[in-house]
Amino acid sequence: MLKMTRRNLMALASAALVSGAMAGSAQAQETIKVGVLHSLSGTMAISETTLKDVMLMLIDEQNKKGGLLGKKLEAVVVDPASNWPLFAEKARELIGQHKVSAVFGAWTSVSRKSVLPVFKELNSILFYPVQYEGEESERNVFYTGAAPNQQAIPAVDYLAKEEKVERWVLAGTDYVYPRTTNKILEAYLKSQGVKSEDILINYTPFGHADWQTIVADIKKFGSAGKKTAVVSTINGDANVPFYKELANQGVKATEIPVVAFSVGEEELAGIDTKPLVGHLAAWNYFQSVETPDNKAFIAKWKAFTKNEKRVTNDPMEAHVIGFNMWVKAVEKAGTTDPDQVIDFIVGIEVPNLTGGVSKMLPNHHITKPVLIGEIKEDGQFDTVWQTDGLVSGEAWSKYLEGSKDLIADWKDLKCGNYNTVTKKCGA
Amino acid sequence: MTSLRSILQAFVLLIGMASAAMAGPYEDALPKFAADSYADTEAAVSGVAGSGHPLALNVVEALRDGRLLVAAGRVYLRDVSGRLIDAATGGAVEPAAGLKPVRVNNRVRRAIEAALGGMTLLSPDAGARLEAARAVFRSRDAAALPVLEKAIAQESAVAVRDALEGARAAILLSRPDASSSERLAAIETLHIRGDQDALALLTTLPPGAPSDIAEAASKAADGIRTRLALWNAVQNVWYGLSLGSVLLLAAIGLAITFGTMGVINMAHGEMVMIGAYTTFLVQELIRTHAPGLFGASLFIALPLAFLVAGAIGILIERTVIRFLYGRPLETLLATWGLSLILQQGVRTIFGPTNREVGTPGWMSGALDVAGLSLTYNRITIVVFAFLVFSALLGVLRYTSLGLYVRAVTQNRRMAGSMGIRTSRIDALAFGLGSGVAGIAGVALSQIDNVSPNLGQGYIIDSFMVVVFGGVGNLWGTLVGAMTLGIANKLLEPYAGAVLGKILLLVAIILFIQRRPRGLFALKGRAVEA
Repeated sequence: MLKMTRRNLMALASAALVSGAMAGSAQAQETIKVGVLHSLSGTMAISETTLKDVMLMLIDEQNKKGGLLGKKLEAVVVDPASNWPLFAEKARELIGQHKVSAVFGAWTSVSRKSVLPVFKELNSILFYPVQYEGEESERNVFYTGAAPNQQAIPAVDYLAKEEKVERWVLAGTDYVYPRTTNKILEAYLKSQGVKSEDILINYTPFGHADWQTIVADIKKFGSAGKKTAVVSTINGDANVPFYKELANQGVKATEIPVVAFSVGEEELAGIDTKPLVGHLAAWNYFQSVETPDNKAFIAKWKAFTKNEKRVTNDPMEAHVIGFNMWVKAVEKAGTTDPDQVIDFIVGIEVPNLTGGVSKMLPNHHITKPVLIGEIKEDGQFDTVWQTDGLVSGEAWSKYLEGSKDLIADWKDLKCGNYNTVTKKCGA
Repeated sequence: MTSLRSILQAFVLLIGMASAAMAGPYEDALPKFAADSYADTEAAVSGVAGSGHPLALNVVEALRDGRLLVAAGRVYLRDVSGRLIDAATGGAVEPAAGLKPVRVNNRVRRAIEAALGGMTLLSPDAGARLEAARAVFRSRDAAALPVLEKAIAQESAVAVRDALEGARAAILLSRPDASSSERLAAIETLHIRGDQDALALLTTLPPGAPSDIAEAASKAADGIRTRLALWNAVQNVWYGLSLGSVLLLAAIGLAITFGTMGVINMAHGEMVMIGAYTTFLVQELIRTHAPGLFGASLFIALPLAFLVAGAIGILIERTVIRFLYGRPLETLLATWGLSLILQQGVRTIFGPTNREVGTPGWMSGALDVAGLSLTYNRITIVVFAFLVFSALLGVLRYTSLGLYVRAVTQNRRMAGSMGIRTSRIDALAFGLGSGVAGIAGVALSQIDNVSPNLGQGYIIDSFMVVVFGGVGNLWGTLVGAMTLGIANKLLEPYAGAVLGKILLLVAIILFIQRRPRGLFALKGRAVEA
C-alpha cells in the first residue's frame, strides 16, 4: 500500500516535471507536433506511404477545424526506410528532438518491437494501426488495428459455419505475426474438434515468388473429400504471385476458398482480380461499406490525393479512429502531456467508418466490428458476413498456454500482463 | 432477320409462359431472389433450375454474370444486348428505379454451377457440355442422372463422354441404392480416370458399403496412388524446370555484365524492374488506345523493354562504371547506390504500390496432360527462356559484336592493339546485358509483382546462378540455373520452402569451397585475374 502511494507520488512528480518542460517549450512554439513514423522507401513503402498521406490529411482537416487547444497541429514526417533499427532511431529523433506529442506509425510487428523501448524510456505515445498477432499490451502504445480475436478467429468461425469447412491449410510468411496467429488458430481449431491430420501448416520466406509446389500441395490436400479452405497470413509482395498461381492452376473460390488477413484493397489494386472472385478477406473495414461517414471519407481522400483511383483500406481507418481518439483525449485532458492523455483516452468513444462507435479499452485495444468480404471483379470486397456488434480486442489469447490467464488493464491494475491465477503483474 | 428471330423468340417465350400457367415452381421461386439473403437466393436457384421453365436457364446465367436485378420486390434480367426483361413475364420493360444486382457468395455460386451443370448437359456447345459434366461430377446431384444417361448415349466427343461417364460414376458410387454391378463399374471408370478427384471419391465411400465394393474401391485407390506418386515426381521436375527458366532469365543478362565483363552490377535487378514497368506502360497505352491489341501486348513490350533497359544500361556504363573498371569494391558500392536511386525514382514516378500487368488470354489457364498440370504461363516462360538463351549465344558466337566482346574480355590490351575500340565495346556489352535483363522483366511481370522492389528479389539468386555455373560461361549459367531450380523444387516437398532454400545455400557454399570457379570454369590464359 505504502509502496503504491510512493510510486504514485513519483509518477506525479515526474508528470509535473514533464508537463512543466512541455509548457516551457510550448511558449516557444505555436504548434502541437504530431510524429508520423512510416516507411517511405524500401520494402514496406508499398503499404506505409498511404498511411503517411492519411495522417497528413487528418492533420490538415483538424487544422481547418481550428486546430487543437487553440493551436495548429504540425506533422513531422520521418522516413525509417523499412529498416527496423532505424525505426528506433527515428522514433528517438521525433520524441527527443522534435518534441512531438504523439506518434502515429509502424507497420510490421518487428518495427513496433524495435520502437517500444524508446517510447517507454522517453514516455511518449504510439498509435499502431495494423492488425497484429496480439500477446502484447504496453502503457505507451495504443493498438488500433485488430487483435487475433477481431480478425482471425471470426474468419475461421465463418468458414466453419457458413462454408462447412473441415480441413484447413494455414499458409503464412515466415515471421512473428503469421507464426503466432497460426499457433492461436491451430489451438483454436483443435479446441473445436479438428484433427491434426486435417490441418496443414506451411511457411514461406518473405517475397516468395514461386508458388507452384505449394499451390499443387493445397490442391492435393483439398481433394481428400472434405471441404477445405486456406487461411492466408501471407504478407506483402508474396501475395501477387500466390494469387496468380492459384488462378492459373484453377483453384476456384467455390472449391477451395482462401481467406486472407493481409490482403486489402491496396494489395488487390496490383492484381487482375477476375479469376479471384469469391476468395475472402477478413478485416474491420472495407471501402465498399455503405455508410455516410465512409462515403465522406472516401471523397475527402480522393480529393486530398487528387486521384480518382486511390482506394481506402483497413489500416487507414485505424489511423482515423486513433487520431480522433487522441484529439478527443487531448481536449478532455486540456493538455498533450502523455501521462494525462494515457489516463484520459481509456473509455473515449469515436465513430468508426462502418457505422459503429469504437471505444478505447483499458488494455489499450479498441472495439471493432469484424467483416468478412468476398473479392469482387472490380477489386473491391462485398461484405458477406459481419459480427452483430463490435468485438473487444483481446491483448492476450485465450487459446495459448502461456497467455490464457493473462489480462491487460492500464486503468485499475496499471499492468499489461496481469496473471489472474497468481494475482501478480508481470506473469 | 434479327427482328424476325427476336419475334420468334418472344413467341416461344409466350407459349412457354402460357403452358407454365399462373403459379408454378418457377413463379414460386422467383420472388426469393428479391429477399437479399444468400440462403433464399440459393433456394431460388434450385427452384428455378428444377422448374423446367423456358426462362430458367437465362435467369441462372444472368445471376452468374451479375445481370439479374431486383427493384421493389420484382426480378428483372438484363440480356446480353442490354435490354431489360421482366423475369416473371419475359417481356421487355423500361428500366425501373433503384435496380440492384442480386448479390452472390460462394454458396450461391456453387448452387449456380450445379444448376447450370444439370441444365447444360445437352447443350449444343461441346465446351459447355464438358463444363457441365465437371459441374455434375463435383455436385454429385442424383437428380441429374436421367439427363446424364441421355447425354452419354448421344455424345460423340471422346473427352466429353469420358467426363460424362466420370460424373455418372461419381453419382452412382455415392448412392446407396445403386446396384452392386453398377457400383463396381463406377469404381472401374474412376480407376481409369485415375486423378486426384477420383482418388478422393474412392477413399470416401459412404458408410455401410458392402465389403466387396469397399475392397474393390481400396484396390483401385491404391492403383491410383502409385500412378499419382510417379506423376508427382515428373511434376516436380517440371516445376524445377520452370523455376530454373525464371532464374535463367533473371541471371542471363548478369552473365554478360558480371560473367564476361567482370562488373559486379548490383543494379542488375533494377534493369529487370525497368523491363517490367515498360510492359506496364505498354499495356496501359494499349488499354486506352487499342484494346484489340491486348493479346499482343507482350510482343510489343519485348523490343521496347530491351531498348529502354539497354539505353539506361549504356548511360550507366558511360557515366559511372567506366571510371571504375578494375576496382570491384567501388563498382559494387556505386552500382548498389544506383539500384537504390533507380528504385526510388520509379517509386516517385509510379507510386509505391504494385502495378497491374494483365495476362493475355492465351497465357492463362492450365494444360492437363496425363497426370500433369502445366500452366500456360509457365510453359511460355520455359520456351521463352530457352529462346533468349539461344539468341544470346548466337549473338556472342556469330556476330562481330560478339567476337569483339569475347576478344575484349579475353585480352583487353591485345584487342585494343588490333584496332577494337574497347571502351565502345564495353558500353555496348553492358547495354546488351541490361537489355536482356529488361526482356526478362517482361516475362517476370507475368508471374511476380510489378513494384519498385521487383529487382531486389532476383539479384541474389542471379549472382548465385552465375557464380555457381562458372563466371564467363553462358552454358554454365544455363546448367547452373536448371540445377538450382530442379534441386530447389525436389527439396521443397520434403523440407518446406524455407528449409529447402537454406539447404540449397549450404550446398552451394560447400560446392564453391571445393570449386571456386563454379561448374564450368574457363581454363587457360583467358582468365586474367
